[in-house]
Amino acid sequence: MYRTPEGKDIFIVDGHTHFWDGSPENQKNIHGKQFIECFYAYHTGLSPKEQLWEKSKFEKYSADDLYRDLFIDGPDDVAIVQSTYLKDFYKNGFNTIERNAEVAKRYPERFIVNGAFDPRDGEKALEYIHFLKETYNVKGVKMYTAEWNGASKGWKLTDPDAYKCFELCDRLGIRNIHVHKGPTILPLSKDAFDVHDVDHAATDFQGLNWIIEHCGLPRLDDFCWIATQETNVYGGLAVALPFIHARPRYFGEVIAELLFWLGPEKILFGSDYAIWTPRWLVEKFWAYQIPQDIAAERGVQLTDEIKEKILGLNAARLYNIDIEAKKKALASSPFSIAAE
Amino acid sequence: MATATVSGDRQKELWRRLGEVNDPELDEPITEMGFVERGEVKGDGSVEIDFRLPTYWCSPNFAFLMLDGVRKALDQLSWSPAYRVKLHDHMFAEEVNRGMEAGKAFGDIFAVLAEDQDLGALRETFAMKAFKRRQEALLRGLKAHGLTDREILGMDLPAYDVARFEPGEAAKQKPRYRAALLERFPGRRADEPVFVTWEGRPVPPAALSAYLAELRGVRINMEFNGALCRGLKQTRYKELDVVDGEPTLVDFIMDRVPVRVAPTA
Repeated sequence: MYRTPEGKDIFIVDGHTHFWDGSPENQKNIHGKQFIECFYAYHTGLSPKEQLWEKSKFEKYSADDLYRDLFIDGPDDVAIVQSTYLKDFYKNGFNTIERNAEVAKRYPERFIVNGAFDPRDGEKALEYIHFLKETYNVKGVKMYTAEWNGASKGWKLTDPDAYKCFELCDRLGIRNIHVHKGPTILPLSKDAFDVHDVDHAATDFQGLNWIIEHCGLPRLDDFCWIATQETNVYGGLAVALPFIHARPRYFGEVIAELLFWLGPEKILFGSDYAIWTPRWLVEKFWAYQIPQDIAAERGVQLTDEIKEKILGLNAARLYNIDIEAKKKALASSPFSIAAE
Repeated sequence: MATATVSGDRQKELWRRLGEVNDPELDEPITEMGFVERGEVKGDGSVEIDFRLPTYWCSPNFAFLMLDGVRKALDQLSWSPAYRVKLHDHMFAEEVNRGMEAGKAFGDIFAVLAEDQDLGALRETFAMKAFKRRQEALLRGLKAHGLTDREILGMDLPAYDVARFEPGEAAKQKPRYRAALLERFPGRRADEPVFVTWEGRPVPPAALSAYLAELRGVRINMEFNGALCRGLKQTRYKELDVVDGEPTLVDFIMDRVPVRVAPTA
């Protein structure tokens, strides 16, 4: 729970968190080393100085670190922990559902664990989706379209194999499809983070919610265009939000665009933990105002009511979280008492 | 001393030429982004370039466009030196460097890596984005100057050339927008409007606000990459610290090039 300086309690759902192991022991090859280094560069490039972690902790942190940073030091009430396997880069996977589920078992009220699958596995992917549902009862999945898989350096949401997987998700009630669409990296010629495939997939699967992590940045205009047309497309603020510290005016332009095109109901907070910790992000966001000239040009305001939606209410709606019930459950959790 | 001056002049010319090469995605000089880690004129006049991108994962086609730009810049040097360009810490560095050493044409090296990518189309896309971003800076600069929309949109090249700005984005982009405009519309007459769309259409004053909103979208995307790349570059290679802008003549004479300046906090 985040208590505002005015004394109001705000329910926080952190839509994008990870529990990874990027340590040298787990790295399979140079790509694994470079992958975590790239994350670390994000961390050091956009965090306030006093929030910086040592490289070794960043590579591998404990379940206790995770719990403390999100829920004790951090204001999260519920965290959605995403899975990203990267098995071509890491021996035991980078951030697998097994590892996530293990920590979630200790604190069941706190976590929503999302799975992941790779449509390029064909039949096996379909079997795996059944497994995810039966074993973990997942309500969402993370799609990382630039993930390597043998000779393939990426895939598209519109690939026929992917469509088979989404049909199955739809049938099994795995409704929330988080798609990473972020900065341009590989693969080569096909820009795997291009957002246009979202357009087709969202149209063809109306029963699914498409949560586009990083809002498609740096393809914000394309993303906004699609999210405006498609009622079931949402934007996750991870990576966009930390600019609130390093370049607040720039963040104002981004959030103004999102509010103008998507409206306040379709934007979701995400810290991208452990790249960033949620406390400073939530505090700065609560204190933030869009610069006057930008707000005037776009005709939007970031009111407290809108902030509350972005910080928790929108995600709670997508994941059917009954906030009052959840508050009660958390109040009786020994961990939250111990923390206070 | 005479030799030192010659080599200093050459260093200067080298950095000036390299400074004309832009990161195509960001439309910012590769020297300002710190991608040229080392640029050295050797005693025999030959040139060595060490080139490093902010991440191991940078798209190879972007790397290609920049390295191709570097090569063209080196080909324009007045003393026509032999040169060696080396790409570091990129997932395709080995392939690229091997290919370059074997004297293979750039296109051939990257054709394998970039598969079916049409680099011509990619270049065109980037040229369009650069045009729009530069134009937006000027439009906003002129508005901030108090000119009406009608005055701005009626401006021709001679009027544009006499406009003066306080140091800032508009001042920085002024010559760059002029260059982009003339590259896009080589046959442009001096009395035609300076601010037209990429397709060459005039912008009616009533539509300027909407048009600016569209341009801002282009800038937001480019700035995102720019800010991220700078941050990543700074973090990843802070032990080396990159060349920040052009070295001065003294640095060349004292053989202190490239200068490694500590980042200012």
